[in-house]
Amino acid sequence: MANDTTIEKDEWTSHIKADTKAFNLDLNELWQHKDLVLLFVYRDFVVNYKQTILGPIWFVLQPLLTVITFTVIFGNIARIPTDGIPPVLFYMAGTIVWTYFIDCLTPISSTFINTAAIFGKVYFPRLVVPISIVISSLLKFIIQFAMFLGLLIYFIYQGMPMKINAGVLMVPLVLMQAGLLGMGCGILISALTTKYRDLARLVAFGAQLWMYATPVVYPVSQVPAKWQTLFYLNPAVAIVETFKAAFFGTNYPSIFHLSISVLMTAVFLFLGVVVFNKVEKSFMDTV
Amino acid sequence: MSNDVIRVEKVFKEYRLGMVGTGTLSRDLQSFWARIRGKEDPNSIITRHSANTSRGDREELRQHILALNDVSFNLKKGEILGIIGSNGSGKSTLLKIISKITTPTKGEIKVKGRIGALLEVGTGFHPELTGIENIYLNGAILGMKRAEIKGKLDEILNFAEIEKFADTPVKRYSSGMYVRLAFAVAAHLEPEIMIVDEVLAVGDAQFQKKCLGKMEQVSSKDGRTVLFVSHNMVSIKQLCSRCICLSGGRIVEDGAASRVVDAYLSRTLSGDANPAERKFKNDPSKEFQVLSVKMLDSNGKVSREFDCDQPVTIEIDCVSRSAIPGLYGGVDIVNNEGVTVMVSDTYDFPPNCVDSLSPSNYKIRIAIPPRTLGHGEYTVSLGFHGAHSPYIFPPQFVCSFRLSDNSSQRGNTRAGYLSTLLKWEIKKA
Repeated sequence: MANDTTIEKDEWTSHIKADTKAFNLDLNELWQHKDLVLLFVYRDFVVNYKQTILGPIWFVLQPLLTVITFTVIFGNIARIPTDGIPPVLFYMAGTIVWTYFIDCLTPISSTFINTAAIFGKVYFPRLVVPISIVISSLLKFIIQFAMFLGLLIYFIYQGMPMKINAGVLMVPLVLMQAGLLGMGCGILISALTTKYRDLARLVAFGAQLWMYATPVVYPVSQVPAKWQTLFYLNPAVAIVETFKAAFFGTNYPSIFHLSISVLMTAVFLFLGVVVFNKVEKSFMDTV
Repeated sequence: MSNDVIRVEKVFKEYRLGMVGTGTLSRDLQSFWARIRGKEDPNSIITRHSANTSRGDREELRQHILALNDVSFNLKKGEILGIIGSNGSGKSTLLKIISKITTPTKGEIKVKGRIGALLEVGTGFHPELTGIENIYLNGAILGMKRAEIKGKLDEILNFAEIEKFADTPVKRYSSGMYVRLAFAVAAHLEPEIMIVDEVLAVGDAQFQKKCLGKMEQVSSKDGRTVLFVSHNMVSIKQLCSRCICLSGGRIVEDGAASRVVDAYLSRTLSGDANPAERKFKNDPSKEFQVLSVKMLDSNGKVSREFDCDQPVTIEIDCVSRSAIPGLYGGVDIVNNEGVTVMVSDTYDFPPNCVDSLSPSNYKIRIAIPPRTLGHGEYTVSLGFHGAHSPYIFPPQFVCSFRLSDNSSQRGNTRAGYLSTLLKWEIKKA
């Protein structure tokens, strides 16, 4: 009899029980669902501009209007310096990177609430949804990035000194970090909002405040030297600054500041996955 | 012995009733603190029901219910298991746990093979996407690989009978096409274990037959295991080899499908369990809801005893909170053998009177004319569906009544299903 049970134990493909493990990330299972990730990306992309007149042009129009607003308010009225970079270009660089980050964070932060109908009926690794959002936001970013490059080439052609440097090789890594940071914060919030809806209100408001704590509309050089390290505790700062430095030749964040940013991203991502994992098991009972 | 593909071992599921509010955070912290110290959760009835508790704690514990209470059973490969029970008996909770949508509070379920759960047809369908795009999306959500779906695409379109509309956005589909497409995708899933929750209640009779055939084929030919929850006792009897009956979160019956179904019907048909009036809890979050169902006699009084010479009126109080396109309702009259002897729905007299019903309270009356049904015990099953959401009010037994024939010569000994009196016209030939 004892023998029987040991043989059988190996045959069961899955055990469903009250889970007590805190960190339970099944990457293999996620990989098995890569088709689903791609289909969600496809759905988001197609549905986004079906039945709109301008279609995908919206992806370009939105940051363009933001940049024009920033140029008028912060450049012409408030006269905040832009480190000698043409204001339009300066704001554009900050805006598209920041928008990518926020486009990951905001939709992901309502994952559980928005997909409750599907989550309540079918099981698949819940992380599929945030990951697909990161990828569809990246597609959107690439379109906006093309616009930025076009503008940059135009300005260089017009006589702006060409300062693109080897740092551009770091840009994909920086973007990956932005995506992971957005996802980490997003899943953390989404997991907590299933029970405490108050947080949902905080997201839109908090995102706006966070933008002002990040050098999107002003250069880091405007921040007093003694506050710099405190300033760099915001992991988004190093992301935006590295991106700008690669294209404009401004100062790169120090290795120390970069490490803080990467470390903070890792912490948010880890915390996010832990809490998300815990909530995904039982959230149908609380939503 | 090692033939089992599912083994459910002492599964409990606890829910906390009532509002999640300001008190929640402190209780959560208390439970969390207990868990990290490896102690038992003080806010759970599973661990606390026997311990000495203060008054406040007892108030709190009263808000906890066990949706599943010590459920255990095994399921063999190739078996079709029916699961029946009244609403709130824990059927859906059990399916949700087996399909990994939620976790048990205690206990364990061991599974051998891939599980495909069909708790709803068309999960994740997006109205803006075309038929084919939705097949891919829905298939992937249900666990199929892209290549797998690609190979079955023609077969799915063919099964759903929508080849001509494959490239049309599904928002332009009729409700019938929508449901057929949704079921077609699900029917072509090939998991070792299939969980089906009442999806057969949708679609027209012919399509239902096709679905039932597909399910039978899946288990007998391909040797797959099926778990099937339904309120339709006839299809349970037809399809299932074995059936379990849940009540109050416990298994009260487990055995041959026909025996379990008969026992369940005789229990629900006995007067106490199923009165002539049934009220439902008001839930303002629902777009449409049935508030009460009554059986009325010819004087408008609630009754469960009727004479064959009197009309039997079913009165439904309902509330519509927002217009649901394509909403329709249906009533099944089931006799004590579990046979549906009469069906009536809102399409019988066009236009459908509840389609896109504007927000308000409504009273619906359905009268069964005198001398229609024969004497005997009947249960009334009522359901409402929308064009794109099959379960606005899931079909369920709501009331029961008894008819007796007191005026005809044969009276209550008349055989047959009807009490219609036919005139024998006689003439000299």
